[in-house]
Amino acid sequence: MTGSIVSARDVLVIRGDHRALDGITVDIPRGGVTGIIGPSGGGKSTLMRCIVGVQRIQRGHIDVLGMPAGVSALRRKVAYTTQAPSVYKDLSVRENLRYFARILGVDRTRVEAVIESVQLTDYANSIVGRLSGGQLTRASLAVALLGEAELLVLDEPTVGLDPLLRRDLWQQFHELAQSGVTLLVSSHVMDEADRCDRLILVREGRIVAADTVDGIRQRTGQSDIEDAFIALIEREEVNP
Amino acid sequence: MSLRSTLATMVRVLQTLRRDPRTVALLVGVPALLVALFKWVFNDQPIVFNHLGVVLMGIFPMMSMFLVSSVTMLRERSSGTLERLMTTPVHKADLLFGYGAAFAIIALVQAGVVGFVGFVLLNLTIQGSVVLVLVVALLNALLGMSLGLLLSAFAQTEFQAIQFFPAVLVPQLILCGILVPRSMMATTLQFVADVLPLSYAYDALSHVSAGDNVDRALLVDFAVLSGVIIAALCLGAVTLRRRTP
Repeated sequence: MTGSIVSARDVLVIRGDHRALDGITVDIPRGGVTGIIGPSGGGKSTLMRCIVGVQRIQRGHIDVLGMPAGVSALRRKVAYTTQAPSVYKDLSVRENLRYFARILGVDRTRVEAVIESVQLTDYANSIVGRLSGGQLTRASLAVALLGEAELLVLDEPTVGLDPLLRRDLWQQFHELAQSGVTLLVSSHVMDEADRCDRLILVREGRIVAADTVDGIRQRTGQSDIEDAFIALIEREEVNP
Repeated sequence: MSLRSTLATMVRVLQTLRRDPRTVALLVGVPALLVALFKWVFNDQPIVFNHLGVVLMGIFPMMSMFLVSSVTMLRERSSGTLERLMTTPVHKADLLFGYGAAFAIIALVQAGVVGFVGFVLLNLTIQGSVVLVLVVALLNALLGMSLGLLLSAFAQTEFQAIQFFPAVLVPQLILCGILVPRSMMATTLQFVADVLPLSYAYDALSHVSAGDNVDRALLVDFAVLSGVIIAALCLGAVTLRRRTP
């Protein structure tokens, strides 16, 4: 299992009365940006919650960096942002980062470096609740960058953002990937699939496909990822 | 557990409250104003005021801390910050003790202000020690806080969290003996009152205001209150799950 940073085997998650993840098995290789793409409510967030170890699992097993997901040794190696920006709205950007820095045992120079890397230097003393949507997302992302984790799990970090800002964020994701970090980024927007190195297509609690972007194009003969997704779903329905 | 994370959490909770000066003003000012209102209402009955004033001084902090802590923790649960914290090395006890320390500081300020207004400005006189009254007030504030933190686990919205106040605290207020001495209640009610923590808070306050010395009965009251606070905090830690459904 070398090369895999995440390895899920037959993972079943039941939330309420439906199968949020219906016995999925998937390997995510180390390095690059892997997109978890699919419609809302399809299981993307649940899969991410499993990987960071906050989801109760009914059956199956997930290894992250060769250890069972959620063990304490992973809590410095994996960083996570939830779908809603998970920062304290009443605190400034800097106060938020200093709090998480102290919990992670990271020093204050790292806080300033991270603020700069998400381009919030001018807003470091602004109260997070008064920031725009894009700034809020970057503040939440900054917290995830503090600990220099090996795996970043980002749940819909670009939803509802201005196109220019989305482009900048994706550029930052790729810069992080080049520095050796593995990123898992979810999105329900198909056109973001093109920005990823690899894709995991998730729908109705199942993995429709997990491959490189080009691999998915070749398998389906479709150049557009949305068309490829449709082709894969139809193929699955004919031959489940 | 780490002292660094506990202190960081304490500072963070205090910073959050500092950004909300209106809540702080209400927390610190309202109990003092209510004691002043009592003074006015019982202007011709200083004996009644001396008794009720002390009891209320000890019980107000519990009410306000209950509300503030349950809403603060509920926000932590619903905003995603708790979920994020659960993926970091922070220990659950760091969070709860950090909360506890922050609210204890607020409770000290609150008790100091209401004590100053009551004992200095309004001539509230008691037979016993003022310091003991403040100690009981602090214990009550911590009791309110720990119950608030625990019950926030059973609320999905802030509306529900606030409704726990009449559901959980008002019956205790009715049964603790402040309205009718517990010995005059039906036996069944006495049994119920005996297991409610506020009864012990009330006993401790009456005891102190009557000028009795620190004796076994008072120590038992203190021990029961401390025990309930610690038990509620531990149960609160159990409700903070790293993994949720």
